[in-house]
Amino acid sequence: MKEKTIAVEKDNKLKKLVKNFGLPRLIITGFLLLLFILAPIVGADFFAQLTNTINRFSWNAIMVLAMVPMIQSGCGLNFGLPLGVIAGLLGGTISIELGFTGGMSFLMAILIATFFALILGWGYGWLLNKIKGGEMMIATYVGFSSVSFMCMAWLLLPYHKPNMVWGLSGKGLRTTISLEGFYDKVLANFLKIKIGSLEIPTGTLLLFAVLALLMWAFFHTKVGTAMTAVGSNPAFARAAGININRMRSLSVIISTWLAAVGILVYEQGFGFIQLYTAPFYLALPAVSAILIGGASVNKASITNVIIGTFLFQGMVTMTPTVMNSMIHMDMSEVIRIIVSNGMILYALTRKTEATR
Amino acid sequence: MEKSNTPLLEMRNIKKDFFGNQVLTDINLTLNEGEVLGLVGENGAGKSTLMKILFGMGVIRDTGGFEGEILLNGDPVRFNTPFDALAAGIGMVHQEFSLIPGFTATENILLNREPKKTNVISQIFGERLNTLDKPEMKNRSETAIEKMGVQIDSGMVINQMPVGHKQFTEIARELSKDHLKLLILDEPTAVLTEKEADALLESIRAMSSRGIAVIFITHRLHEILAVCNKIMVMRDGYIVKEVKPEETSIPEITRCMVGRNVDENAVSATEKVDDNKDVIMSIRKLWVDMPGEIVRNVNLDVLEGEILGIGGLAGQGKLGIPNGIMGLYEAGGTVTLKGKDVPLNSPRQCLDSNISFVSEDRRGVGLLLDETLEWNIAFPAMQIQDKFLKRYLGGLIKWRDEKAIHAVTQKYVDELMIKCTSTKQKAKELSGGNQQKVCLAKAFAMEPTFLFVSEPTRGIDVGAKALVLEALKRLNREKGVTIVMISSELEELRATCDRIAIVSGGKVAGILPASSASEEFGMLMVSQVR
Amino acid sequence: MNTQLKNGFGPKIIKLLRNNTVPLMFIIICAVCIPVSGFSGSYLLNEMVTRIARNSFLILSLLIPIMAGMGLNFGMTLGAMAGEIALILTADWQIWGIPGVVLAMIVSIPISALLGLLCGTLLNKAKGREMITSYIISFFMNGIYQLVVLYMMGPIIPIKHTAIKLPRGYGIRNTVSLLNMRQCIDNLLAINIGGVRIPVLTLLIIAALCLFIVWFRKTKLGQDMRAVGQDLEVARDAGINVDRTRIISIVMSTVLAGFGMILYLQNMGNIATYSSHSQIGMFCIAALLVGGASVEKASIGNVFLGVTLFHLMFILAPTVGAKITGDSMIGEYFRVFISYGVITVALIMYEVKKRRQKSQMGQQLQQEQMEEESK
Repeated sequence: MKEKTIAVEKDNKLKKLVKNFGLPRLIITGFLLLLFILAPIVGADFFAQLTNTINRFSWNAIMVLAMVPMIQSGCGLNFGLPLGVIAGLLGGTISIELGFTGGMSFLMAILIATFFALILGWGYGWLLNKIKGGEMMIATYVGFSSVSFMCMAWLLLPYHKPNMVWGLSGKGLRTTISLEGFYDKVLANFLKIKIGSLEIPTGTLLLFAVLALLMWAFFHTKVGTAMTAVGSNPAFARAAGININRMRSLSVIISTWLAAVGILVYEQGFGFIQLYTAPFYLALPAVSAILIGGASVNKASITNVIIGTFLFQGMVTMTPTVMNSMIHMDMSEVIRIIVSNGMILYALTRKTEATR
Repeated sequence: MEKSNTPLLEMRNIKKDFFGNQVLTDINLTLNEGEVLGLVGENGAGKSTLMKILFGMGVIRDTGGFEGEILLNGDPVRFNTPFDALAAGIGMVHQEFSLIPGFTATENILLNREPKKTNVISQIFGERLNTLDKPEMKNRSETAIEKMGVQIDSGMVINQMPVGHKQFTEIARELSKDHLKLLILDEPTAVLTEKEADALLESIRAMSSRGIAVIFITHRLHEILAVCNKIMVMRDGYIVKEVKPEETSIPEITRCMVGRNVDENAVSATEKVDDNKDVIMSIRKLWVDMPGEIVRNVNLDVLEGEILGIGGLAGQGKLGIPNGIMGLYEAGGTVTLKGKDVPLNSPRQCLDSNISFVSEDRRGVGLLLDETLEWNIAFPAMQIQDKFLKRYLGGLIKWRDEKAIHAVTQKYVDELMIKCTSTKQKAKELSGGNQQKVCLAKAFAMEPTFLFVSEPTRGIDVGAKALVLEALKRLNREKGVTIVMISSELEELRATCDRIAIVSGGKVAGILPASSASEEFGMLMVSQVR
Repeated sequence: MNTQLKNGFGPKIIKLLRNNTVPLMFIIICAVCIPVSGFSGSYLLNEMVTRIARNSFLILSLLIPIMAGMGLNFGMTLGAMAGEIALILTADWQIWGIPGVVLAMIVSIPISALLGLLCGTLLNKAKGREMITSYIISFFMNGIYQLVVLYMMGPIIPIKHTAIKLPRGYGIRNTVSLLNMRQCIDNLLAINIGGVRIPVLTLLIIAALCLFIVWFRKTKLGQDMRAVGQDLEVARDAGINVDRTRIISIVMSTVLAGFGMILYLQNMGNIATYSSHSQIGMFCIAALLVGGASVEKASIGNVFLGVTLFHLMFILAPTVGAKITGDSMIGEYFRVFISYGVITVALIMYEVKKRRQKSQMGQQLQQEQMEEESK
């Protein structure tokens, strides 16, 4: 009798877990686990796969982290991530243009990017305060417009460094700029650990850890608490004397800055700066990663960032190899599109998450 | 004709409770064709519930149905949805407008009941592709408008209409329904000007002469006297009086509305109205733009250490006063606390003056539903007064002090007997009464010198009610905190407060000691209703 | 009420200008650009007629969801995908010419309807954020589309012709040629007036759709959609099945978008299998907004003004950009920027207006009180 009730309780618990965690997330987690199990069976090098996943994790995690402040302050998913990315790109290219090299070029890139991120983030925050309730759609298009605006700017801005501009005309930035000699892998090679085929980009992971720790700490301070309250119930926060607009602006600025740093870290890992239309769809993987990690439209945590980025990047790296060797069809791109957008769609249409 | 024998509507022995809370007891009501019944009573007397039962509203069924029977033309009926009631010839005009803003009066009057013409396409694809018969629509809506005996332009778009015309459009919509026999008007004159209200009364008479029965709910008693054939006064879920207008007067009706056999012991034993007390807060020429609770030109002095009650009927502006002073709605005028100006329209500066507020909108404004009790209780004190924080780097970093937060939450959980599994429980998981206690604890944690409490007992059970009121009295007694309590329940105010101000028509109609007779309060309540 | 009476002539003009800022801006841009570009009048006119015929039907499909209060239907891409699938199939069946186009339209109906049903159901679960949701749906369905076209066509959906199939044996090539039905509708009944070729039949089809929309507004369903679009709650209280009405509007829009895509592609003469649909939604929405439509209000007039101005800019931008800066890419980027920019501005104006209406209500109340107080 007693055992039965316990079993029933367990059953309920499981149901509750499924309900809270969400079926799509369970499916994705299960899918990834399956990939990890299948990888050695189909003959893929497990450690190479893991290295790949960790690498990609280290490139992308900060951009996913950039989602957290805006979700927490009630501005929703930051589809306007490309705006921050632009600040990062400006930082990177200007730093090189000014003649900095090596690690210094990275530091300067971050400094210059910070300057642009603050300005753009401030304006973006001001705009989002004007249109409370319609943030996500407008964020998307602010991102698109700014990227397409910068497409013109990259052509027209007076860059001269020969390794960045088109060789023939001597002006206008190239679509892809190699970072060799600049900040290519400056973080990844810092304290790099190598065990057999397993490589760990310690420096990159460390930077992410520091930023994540700072974010965690921020949400334990008075201001961080106020920001969370604004996201949780703006009317409550207002009645408690909080300046809602200021909190929201702050969250947007932090998010924009993290996006700027995030793209620079991505570039140092990837080895290239990609300009023009490349930043267009950067927001979607970051958005779906944090959702896969368990965040909702108005609640997110550092754990969500770590789990989500790992699952998402794991999926991106593992699917092609496993799929290829199993059915000789590379469906990874299609699967990535379906999974990532399906996840966002799920979050947007969930009743409980749509109450706000 | 035998219509004189069987009344149009009969409600017999209607009983209704909401979760054990009896709100209607043994209601009997008969209404003949063309009769106008005036229904009056304080808020919460049961008028709206009775009408919801009659109209078959979903809330009634969702909360366990009702007892008793309803007869229409002598046949028992039971409506499951408002649509059933409509089909049986009962129409209802609600307090809130239910109109499509960009549609004309005609389109609104005939919404979803438009006359249609069939065409080839609709015969294949179904009747939703029938085209609208515009001339016939105009025709029908104008007939309905004519029935009211007022002039409104059937082609005018709603959002360009004055409020009165919107109200008439609503009524015309009901009138346009075929075989409408009974029309329920729930405070239709509340939003109208004097002139429009007169026109409405006129149209009620017109409808009545066409054989349509009307149930007319209002707080404006002179209207009732002017237009009704029969008046019913409700109080606490009972019908306390049924009378013909020519046999009664406004004072008598008011007395019936509020006068009850009050347990005299309940009235505040602390008769401590003391003229020598200092004025702690003085309010001058306050206006507040709170939708539905507009405040106009309020002057009020609050004495140090007292509990001042603010009462009045719903929608008369009593809620606007604290919400305006606390900066939650736009306000003007001057408010001083201990001689110092309290800036309006700035919640922060108001809170800095050590004034606290427990909102009537518990779930909307009062709580962070998705957060823990700890956060709820500690948050304002933390943000305003920098309590429960640890300082590092010379105050540069203000870190949340979880231990102190837990301690203060635990203290209030014990003190107010908040039922919860732990202080880390989410606020949304608590019952209404316990949520209210959390709201109080939130205000108490700020240790205010002045506290506004708005509708502290709304929607909570009896046990919690007593506890909440006791906690307020204790705070006042032990800490000397001046409290202004706003409530719709007069008896509760009389049991808790020293003095009671009654707000009517957005203004203070008068201030009386709590020991005054209920009738006196009643007279003030309806004195300036608009 | 009285504020409206107070409005004199001056404010009215300002209001008119403010309500039509976007089209005016475009008229000015085009007026400046035409002389700079150096294009001949007949060239421009020819191009414009072609583009109006090519795009109008697609843009018209956006009107119905706007009427139903669901905003700009970014999910029209779904209809475009359905149209492409239908064309791929008819191309494989080797049915060409006008019968091919008609067959493709018939085949597209069930696909569009199914996708529209799905989209509408999802949007009902996301009331108040329809646009971002329909936008993400279009991305999601793009994944499903690729799954179907790239992997399932061949092994599961039989495709015979190697001209269409990828050499690996399954999946569709990057471009599918529609040479045998290229402009078959445009050319039928086409006439030439002063060097400008006018595709009469296509224009007639577009006119028929316009007439349909005008007629549809007068039907019961159209009236219900308007009611639902303006106030969901009131419409529900009046007994209108709100969810169903909304779904129908999306299904209609999707089916029309499918037809529109088929007309568009028969004009182009080939399908870019994996990219034709991806930008079409954005360009159509941008064109509609350029014509002076907003998120909640759009008319047939907006469609034609929009398609004219937007595509005029589209033709002019590269040439003018190249002439001014010496770089032809500038113009390309400029027109993309304008498309996105116009949508961004329209969305911002819509949200700000929503908020301004609220605050105006407050101000009016306040004024009344002040008057009251002074009495």
